[in-house]
Amino acid sequence: MSSTDIDVGKVGTNPGDPLPRLEGHVSHGRFERVLKAGHFAVTTEIAPPDSADPDEVLVRAAMFDGYVDAINATDGSGAHCHMSSLAVCAILTRLGYSPILQISCRDRNRISIQGDTLGAAALGVCNVLCLTGDDVGAGDHPEAKPVFDLDSISLAQTIRTMRDKKTFLSGRKLDLEPRLFIGSSINPFVPPIENRADQLAKKIASGAEYIQSQYCFDMPVLKDFMSRARDLGLTEEAFIIIGVGVLPSAKTAKWMRSNVPGVHIPDDIIRRLEQAEKPKLEGRKICAEIMQQLKEIDGVAGAHVMAYRQEQWVGDVVKRSGVLGDRKPWAPEKTDTTIGTVS
Amino acid sequence: MYSVRLFAVRHSRFFEALYNFVNPAILATLRGITRVFGKKLDAPITAAEAGLKGLLFDCQMCGNCALSKTGMSCPMNCPKTIRNGPCGGVRANGMCEVKPEMRCVWVAAWDGASRMKDGDAIKSVEFAVDHRDKGRSTWLKLAREDMKQDN
Repeated sequence: MSSTDIDVGKVGTNPGDPLPRLEGHVSHGRFERVLKAGHFAVTTEIAPPDSADPDEVLVRAAMFDGYVDAINATDGSGAHCHMSSLAVCAILTRLGYSPILQISCRDRNRISIQGDTLGAAALGVCNVLCLTGDDVGAGDHPEAKPVFDLDSISLAQTIRTMRDKKTFLSGRKLDLEPRLFIGSSINPFVPPIENRADQLAKKIASGAEYIQSQYCFDMPVLKDFMSRARDLGLTEEAFIIIGVGVLPSAKTAKWMRSNVPGVHIPDDIIRRLEQAEKPKLEGRKICAEIMQQLKEIDGVAGAHVMAYRQEQWVGDVVKRSGVLGDRKPWAPEKTDTTIGTVS
Repeated sequence: MYSVRLFAVRHSRFFEALYNFVNPAILATLRGITRVFGKKLDAPITAAEAGLKGLLFDCQMCGNCALSKTGMSCPMNCPKTIRNGPCGGVRANGMCEVKPEMRCVWVAAWDGASRMKDGDAIKSVEFAVDHRDKGRSTWLKLAREDMKQDN
């Protein structure tokens, strides 16, 4: 299939209307449909390329075909420059994928963010994840000016205002509101651990309808957190998706633990990797086991597989875990992915 | 000063009581001053607020003071100036991701709030600051809002 004969009946001529919106849904998107239908959802993260080549995005996304319900396009993760989240999402919606636009408050102020929010919805994006963002010092441009005009909670409030009140923050009217399913993040594994459920409550109060968490390698801490979340009634108010990671070796795990902000990996996981004959396989087994355990926890709505530089193993881990049961998430028909190639 | 700031959080209950006790008097005085002098004394009043709150809380004079809702820990000392924290990057020992030598401002905030009578105020969502207020006095702002309501 070449760029000229995309089946418009399937993709839609207007990328803003990929599917009809169902009763009681806030977005047109497939991701919201999966969660609201009560399925255990699987999401993953695409690493935006250091390239202007749209093919690269499609090749990376195709690795997840049939295994995930939504793909997060990171926004300058770790304060490193890559292709923008908005552009990655726009390329993915062309094929009908269900990308999650990540917005970090580090690089843009409220004027820019509101403009991008409208633009994303116009390009067919149905999901947004509100993040505060890593500090610029963590990345390859530590001399950059950090913006942080909003924080993740104000950002969710902003998008909620645009969608539900149909106005900008200034009160100026929107002709068509951005119909986005709003998400936020949570890290139950770092201090103040006893207040993390209260923090989750604030995120939900600000507008979050689904949550994606930081890596979970510590089940007891998660179970405590979920039990508090259930006591506060939060699992009824938002879909809580827990992050899982694919660790390739004990060395990488140790490096991540001490260098990536907010990553908590208990010693027993590291020992397991050290003692394994095939550490890479062991890392995938650990991930699949955690996913199975997540599915058993009351109030956990899905798993978010983060496999940076291990993306080719996401399918393997999902299959191994069996969390999807008989369900096969939507994927586009195979294409030759030459759409938009600059030659 | 960092050590005084930590002291204020440890004694958040005392500072809350002190604030509740003196605040009406400060606002009443400022209303009186504003009526007589208009905006003529804004600069020294702002400087006094900056000096006092700077000493106690490392106040950054954002002009949108939220100390009573943040366990007496000023959120503007967070390197990301998060108003609804903490972020997910807090170190296992409770120190800041960006400045490892500093206790996370929001770990301190939830700790301080747990000791305050009205500590649950930290659970309400705060919107981002109005950047036009930077460097301006919150006390004068509150006093003038009171006057507007009175009129």
